Amino acid sequence: MIGADITPIAHAPVDWYAIAPEIALFAAAILIVILRSVVRHDPKVHQASMLIAIGGVAASAVFTGIQWGFVHSNGPYQALSGLVAVDGFAVFVKSVILGATLLALLLSGGYLRREHLESPEYFALMLCSATGMMLMASANDLVTIFLSLEILSIALYVLAAFDRRRLSSQEAGLKYFLLGTFSSAVFLYGIALVYGATGTTNLSGIARFLAKVVLLHDGVLFVGFALLLVGLGFKVAAAPFHMWTPDVYQGAPTPVTAFMAAATKAAAFAALLRIFVGAFRLYEVDWRPAVFGLAVLSLLVGSVAAVVQTDVKRMLAYQSISHAGYVLIGVQAATDKGTSAALFYVCAYAVMATGAFAIVMLVARRGDDRHALTDYRGLATARPVLAGLLTLFLLAQAGVPLTGGFVAKLSVFSAAIDVGQYWLALVGMLAAVIGAFVYLRIVLAMYAPPDDETAPAGPRIVVDAGTGVALTIAAGAIVFLGVVPGIMLDFAHAATQLLAR
Amino acid sequence: MPSLLAELTPVASTSSKLGYPLLTFLVFLPAVGALVAMIVPARRPELTRAVGYVTSMATFGMALFLLTQFDTNPLKPGYQLLEDHSWIGALGVRWTLGVDGISLFMVALSALLFPIALLASAHISKPKSFTIWMLLLESAMIGVFLALDAIVFFIFFEFVLVPMYFLIAGWGHDNRRYAAMKFFLFTMAGSAFLFAGILSVAFMRQHSTHVLSFDVRTLTDWAAAHIHGGTAKALFLAFAVGFAVKVPLFPLHTWLPDAHTDAPTAGSVVLAGAMLKIGAYGFLRFAIPFFPQAAVDLAPLLLVLAVVGITYGAIVAAMQPNLKRIIAYSSVAHLGFVVLGVFALTNQGISGGLFTMLSHGLTTGALFLLVGMLYDRRHTYELRDFRGIWKAAPVFGGLFVAATFASIGLPGFSGFVGEFLSLLGAFLTRRWYVVVASTGVILAAVYLLWAVQRAFTGEPDDANRATPDIGGREIVTVLPLLGLSLFLGFYPKPVLDRLQPSVEALIHHVEQNSNYKAPTVPTSGPVAAPAPGTGK
Repeated sequence: MIGADITPIAHAPVDWYAIAPEIALFAAAILIVILRSVVRHDPKVHQASMLIAIGGVAASAVFTGIQWGFVHSNGPYQALSGLVAVDGFAVFVKSVILGATLLALLLSGGYLRREHLESPEYFALMLCSATGMMLMASANDLVTIFLSLEILSIALYVLAAFDRRRLSSQEAGLKYFLLGTFSSAVFLYGIALVYGATGTTNLSGIARFLAKVVLLHDGVLFVGFALLLVGLGFKVAAAPFHMWTPDVYQGAPTPVTAFMAAATKAAAFAALLRIFVGAFRLYEVDWRPAVFGLAVLSLLVGSVAAVVQTDVKRMLAYQSISHAGYVLIGVQAATDKGTSAALFYVCAYAVMATGAFAIVMLVARRGDDRHALTDYRGLATARPVLAGLLTLFLLAQAGVPLTGGFVAKLSVFSAAIDVGQYWLALVGMLAAVIGAFVYLRIVLAMYAPPDDETAPAGPRIVVDAGTGVALTIAAGAIVFLGVVPGIMLDFAHAATQLLAR
Repeated sequence: MPSLLAELTPVASTSSKLGYPLLTFLVFLPAVGALVAMIVPARRPELTRAVGYVTSMATFGMALFLLTQFDTNPLKPGYQLLEDHSWIGALGVRWTLGVDGISLFMVALSALLFPIALLASAHISKPKSFTIWMLLLESAMIGVFLALDAIVFFIFFEFVLVPMYFLIAGWGHDNRRYAAMKFFLFTMAGSAFLFAGILSVAFMRQHSTHVLSFDVRTLTDWAAAHIHGGTAKALFLAFAVGFAVKVPLFPLHTWLPDAHTDAPTAGSVVLAGAMLKIGAYGFLRFAIPFFPQAAVDLAPLLLVLAVVGITYGAIVAAMQPNLKRIIAYSSVAHLGFVVLGVFALTNQGISGGLFTMLSHGLTTGALFLLVGMLYDRRHTYELRDFRGIWKAAPVFGGLFVAATFASIGLPGFSGFVGEFLSLLGAFLTRRWYVVVASTGVILAAVYLLWAVQRAFTGEPDDANRATPDIGGREIVTVLPLLGLSLFLGFYPKPVLDRLQPSVEALIHHVEQNSNYKAPTVPTSGPVAAPAPGTGK
């Protein structure tokens, strides 16, 4: 770390600790690729690479923990010439990403075996993507954000299309790729315009510049951050940039969907918060209405469109749009309270989305295509524990008390009402009612007796060990977040306080 | 004010008198029972049932103990047995419980109804999950009435929906999924407004005092003194929507007949007996004390809705071909009397409203139990299928008629005291509303007696002749309710004595914070039972 008593040497210091969590993940990914090329045909490679991936996540978590300890005692700092920030905010988001990655890895092992897709590359790609997300969480420069956006996206494009034999998976990959690159281009253009307006791409630099200089012609800047908003709005799946979400979430292999919903959202929201609430805070009057609009649209589009779906995976995909809307409520408050509320929401959503998609994955069985509402009929009779768990995750998403979902909603609504946005909070609550209708439809289907004609044909639902562990963790976490939310709320609060500016 | 003191000394003043947190035990005992029931294997239903009975009876025992511990000193109208601990520090939510005259009997009523409802469901399918949901529901219901932190209140208020939803959807009748969904969505939509209201008040206070607290006492004092005019009216309406759905008040009542009709017997008993009271309780605990002026100004609106509910509920009830639906609509009418009394804002009115809440829980609970027994025997609720039941099953018929009279509010039963006080209290301030509402008393006799006449009198046909009479277990479920109703009809003083100080304090609070002056009534001291000869 920073050697305080040593005179700095002339060459640019590389603070390896600042990016150690990312390096750990990426090293694990490379190790898997090497292993794969050395031992080509041993079926144990699959097992081994999953273990390596989990080890990488664990190592990364240790480094993240060390960063937290350092930030907690010495305060936040910037490293690598201001390209990355090591601060509480990054540590919080990284913890969420690592948790989501761990859960997704646990789900993937059994899934890949079930679908006969075993290949170590899958784990390498997932780790790559997670590396990008981790970097995004601590990125303090628009260029770093763009780089991490690409790192995480390119791996995800491949993952979405990983089930090559299934047409919908290919379609998902292609759609995500086309729209994703387009949004990256938009984002890049936004960076260029902001650079043009402020003369720097460093977020702290932008904030300093905007504090010092009054722009007479701020059109370039406005178009710049409008484009940045569009680019990130795409990644967090906020309406009206959500068009890809239902198809991609539905088509992608289910563990990948869970990973996308949980981790990608967390990373993209981290960037969104850092850019808008951090760098453009002085211009909040100008960007808040735009985020307000995105929030309202996401809430309504997500929950209303989910009502007419008959495919459970697609319902959850639409609901993920409306969950992005709730996080945006926290973002648009543009206060510390809003930021920590958004962080807590992202964390809770990561848990409940992964849990719900995990059950969707199990119920889909081999072929990953039994997603219709009718496939859930009689689940409560056949597999009461799975039905109970899915009920828990769905009720949590609906915001029922004593689950993390309630506390998450409570905190974002508090943030909105705190800045006088009564109507936005009310729209959010009413969207939650529509959302509850969607979730209850799934619950009702599960507790309905199986009808004989569409009786769940196909093989028995098998729960492998990894998925079982993931489900246990997720269920425990969502109840924990609901009953004793203090720990995580304090963490989010401290993370917001320790934001490098 | 005591609330100021509570804020200066946030250290827990855990049950000064008892030395142990009785109220927390009351809230959690059923939940612990639910956990135990979860562990009991599903193939041992008798064990599950035993857990259910023991837990709910123990809870009832604790509620009785609470009644004895409650200080009846009229000079101490505030909350008793206070408990205060930090819970979600970052959001200012504290685990604050307390009981006063307004909540005392709601807790006792809930605790009484659950063992009875469980006993009435001895032969239900899937007893394990049924017991778990019932016990969770009991925890949440008691929590609603004891919570003195607005967010804790809301958590219980909202959580009540989950077990009730599963009880209706899992054990209800033909149309149960629709009914359960409608119930859940209506209430949740209402509570969205309530939630917005609670957060708004707390954050408005935080902006001016820089302290975030959801403590009901603190918020009451601050909101009543600092929120005025249009803001107060808007917030009052937000709270009112949330509670009106639950009561339910006239235009928002449509979920109730469906939910009641399709719920299993135990669900109907709990729904009518205890859950509907949450709405009226919310008015008394939040909406009126938070915004006294707005409550006074907008009282005519709620009174009109109450009166419409009374007459409309009665007329619609008379038209129903389904016996259970008649009782469901009679609840709309009864709760109309409650709201009428509450928004009369007089001592007699509010006491009458509270007394009607208690009485309605007993009498309608008994009626739902009896209708449930009828369903067990005949597998129908349709009036045209019944005939001459009284002759076929004399004890059952007698009890049903007695419950009917209790529900109508015949003098001698608790319903009479409650409705009489409500009407009297409203008559002091709102004469014309009472004139219209009084017709509801007559209409109640019309629809219930007419139904009894059609179903119970005459010669039984072949289908009805074999109706078995009431069994021992069934009598045990009904008799305590009817007996208590009869007892309170003759001797309401123990209840009224405990209600009065809190009601008096509430009215005093409203007078202090608004331009309203409660009429002075010649009778001094606590209102006793209506003197003989002053009948309706």
